[in-house]
Amino acid sequence: MSFIKNIGKTVRDNIRDYGMFLALFAIMIFFTITTKGVFISPRNISNLINQTGCIAVLAVGMTLVIVIRHIDLSVGFLAGFMGAIAAIAMVSWHFPVWVVIPMVLILGILAGLLIAFLVAKMGIPSFVASLAGWLIYRGALLLVTLKTGTIIIPNATYNAIGNGYIPDLPGVGILPGVHKLTLLLGILAVVIFIIGDVRDREKKKAYGFEVSTMDIFIMKIVFTAALIMAVTWVMAGYNGLSWTFVIVLAVTFVYHFITTQTVLGRYIYAVGGNPEAAELSGIDVKKITYIVFGSMGMLAALSGILYSSRLQSATTIAGQLFEMDAIAAAYVGGVSAGGGVGRVTGSIIGALVMMSLTNGMNLMGIDISSQYIVKGVVLVLAVVFDVATRNRGK
Amino acid sequence: MNNTILEMQHITKEFPGVRALDDVCFSVIEKEIHCLVGENGAGKSTLMKILSGVYPYGDYEGEIIFNGLEQKYSTISDSKKAGIAIIYQELALVPELTVYENIFLGHEIMNGLVIDWNETIKKATQMLKKVGLDVNPTVKVKELGLGKQQLIEIAKALSMDVRLLILDEPTSALNESDSENLMNLLRDLKKHGVTSVLISHKLKEVIEIADRVTVLRDGKTICTLDAHKDEVKENVLIKHMVGREINNVYPKRDATVVDEKVFEVKHWNAYDPAIGREILKDINLNVRKGEIVSLAGLMGSGRTELALSLFGNPRKYHVNGEMYVNGKHVHLKHPEQAIKSGLAYVTEDRKGNGLILIQDVKQNITLANLRAIAERGIVNRNEEVVASNEYRNTLNIKTPSIEQKVLNLSGGNQQKVSVAKWLFVQPKVLILDEPTRGIDVGAKYEIYTIMNRLVEQGMSIIMISSELPEILGMSDRIYVVSFGRITGELSAKEATQEKIMKLATD
Ligand SMILES: Nc1ncnc2c1ncn2[C@@H]1O[C@H](COP(=O)(O)OP(=O)(O)OP(=O)(O)O)[C@@H](O)[C@H]1O
Ligand SMILES: [Mg+2]
Repeated sequence: MSFIKNIGKTVRDNIRDYGMFLALFAIMIFFTITTKGVFISPRNISNLINQTGCIAVLAVGMTLVIVIRHIDLSVGFLAGFMGAIAAIAMVSWHFPVWVVIPMVLILGILAGLLIAFLVAKMGIPSFVASLAGWLIYRGALLLVTLKTGTIIIPNATYNAIGNGYIPDLPGVGILPGVHKLTLLLGILAVVIFIIGDVRDREKKKAYGFEVSTMDIFIMKIVFTAALIMAVTWVMAGYNGLSWTFVIVLAVTFVYHFITTQTVLGRYIYAVGGNPEAAELSGIDVKKITYIVFGSMGMLAALSGILYSSRLQSATTIAGQLFEMDAIAAAYVGGVSAGGGVGRVTGSIIGALVMMSLTNGMNLMGIDISSQYIVKGVVLVLAVVFDVATRNRGK
Repeated sequence: MNNTILEMQHITKEFPGVRALDDVCFSVIEKEIHCLVGENGAGKSTLMKILSGVYPYGDYEGEIIFNGLEQKYSTISDSKKAGIAIIYQELALVPELTVYENIFLGHEIMNGLVIDWNETIKKATQMLKKVGLDVNPTVKVKELGLGKQQLIEIAKALSMDVRLLILDEPTSALNESDSENLMNLLRDLKKHGVTSVLISHKLKEVIEIADRVTVLRDGKTICTLDAHKDEVKENVLIKHMVGREINNVYPKRDATVVDEKVFEVKHWNAYDPAIGREILKDINLNVRKGEIVSLAGLMGSGRTELALSLFGNPRKYHVNGEMYVNGKHVHLKHPEQAIKSGLAYVTEDRKGNGLILIQDVKQNITLANLRAIAERGIVNRNEEVVASNEYRNTLNIKTPSIEQKVLNLSGGNQQKVSVAKWLFVQPKVLILDEPTRGIDVGAKYEIYTIMNRLVEQGMSIIMISSELPEILGMSDRIYVVSFGRITGELSAKEATQEKIMKLATD
């Protein structure tokens, strides 16, 4: 009885956190039924994740930008332009891929810093500064692809980023048709997760803090472990982990860690919550602005790499509307326009929700016009849910 | 003659984790000035928010009878229509709008379909005169100090047809003479048939003006005292409020001053490019180890500007002059450097630039010194909980948990969080800008005790205050500031209210 009550309380306290998860779950079930299981097939899920990758990394960066009360409209075409630069570097300049990737990421950072300079130093509103960026990168993308049109990328290593899978363990005979390394990594992730959680709980206890009851604690672990294993199993059943998935996971992990555990993360949210108070607390608001836009630029470049490698080419309209998808994903994921509120993981879920809608409706053969409308409605519903639960929390 | 105009019966209101009001009864007689007092977090603001419809009918238990009728307000405009005007503890003006626009915001004077601006300005000027405020109605509100903004709030309330005026700590940001004006204003209004409810932590003014006083403690009505029966006395009020007696408002401290200058400024000038004016002229001051030095002066005399210009100059004034911390010549270009060199500054405007309201208590307390609980850039959140709980206990911050958002704390408890935040920095020189604004007597005593303890431990304190008794009661030395200049320096012994006032108006 008290166990049930405990669950009820936990769910109620965290409805905001789980709300988007549940929505994603519902959407997935819906499409699984309407497509007679095609949606949930390992092949499609793998495809869905690779599609989501380039928006997901943008959404992560955008989360922080919105948290500090700014916006960056330039990232879509910046991603496209960076993809084109990568293509040209490999095709025309014959740079090796290991030079191209860091180079493009650094260029992305510089592009982000440029906007930060306009915003922090010159006092130009980020909407305007990044709108200028949007125009400029769009022009730049057209310019560099002017002579050639679409640039085909022949480099197999590069193209593997968007299409390839991690290698399997060689010479293990058991479980044919299952990707062993993926399975192993999944198990490893569960073990690390459990150790981390148990340790955290022990530390809290050592400090004499109240911790969640044992049954709730175990239930949470079992639930999360099951979730990780389920995803792992689906992936392992197809080709294993795709490189894109690995990259998105890494980005999410790093940014989640930074935002929730570090001094830098705290500073970012403080600046978003009240810039003046942050400044008086000894936080260099300008520096934070540079860092956040710099990271956004880097992630835009990463997005460009993911996209161009997936298409194995740089096209003249690459990155179009990416910024809008990223912004929508962030808002769906619970980022607040007022600043200071929003999680990286939320935005990832938001990106998955939006991409699942696209993917699922494509599979159902729904017309693109209706797709836009549905996505618009979902965006509004998500934000309404967010606002409603937030007020209830007060 | 004793017409009860308002009757609030058995009011109970709960927030998650807190029962803010517990079966409170409160009644007001027509044309009286009724004061509501109680400790921080006692539930005063909450009670008035219920009365004015901020918390709508159904959000609380109990009933409200106003003018003989049961009222069920669902919005603020419902209560406004009934003739209830409330001035909140946290000011609610639009900084970007002009004074006259603010006064008539929400009930604009119309001429057909358009706003009659000429009439508006004329009426606004009258209202300003009524509250004794001498400002041009066409300036933007953000250009005025907190004290003047407060008077504009009152002018705004008066511009409507009000029968019951509620003022939630209107004088906490006002100096003595402005407070006096306001009290006279309330007496005046009373003659014209306006009933007022006044919430205040300044017991002197409560005693001076109240017809009756109701005391709340921990969300319960303790008693209602009648001034005309001679029941309203300071010690009685304090006893009912805090549940024990406090005899000495300013705790004693042993001599702590060591003759060693910890902080010194010489020939300090500042020019504010935003308003194109010199705001500080040739300031010379010093603070010794273990000393409490006060900056006295009128509202707008430039004390806050001085503090900001010293504390890393975040407003980017053009400053010149010399500053020494611990004998070392420093050039502080950012609050970060100021904190590193050993300064801390508790702002006067906790909501505007002191706290991050959407974050919780512990995040606010640790923000200015996060590195102290971090290792290699990673915050130790367990240490954070320990540290915040410690300050919550020493300052007696009333909150269900340190995970509560600061937004949900009562005004006085927000102030305590603000003080806690800067104590956590463990500075050498602590600048306190109106540290006891909106704080109850008990908590004031606690803050004073803490100040004494800090100087005993060798810290130095610069206190900016508009409350002369506080300045006289706590300082070792007093600088008087007037129009951006230091017009005098007084030792604790020679200082009197009269001397300070004279220098302040020089
Ligand atoms: N929105 C809210 N959410 C949660 N708790 C709240 C909220 N508003 C007030 N409280 C709590 O209710 C109690 C009463 O608060 P209230 O603001 O009425 O106090 P007060 O008497 O006005 O104090 P002060 O003198 O400090 O202004 C406090 O414990 C406060 O933390
Ligand atoms: Mg209050």
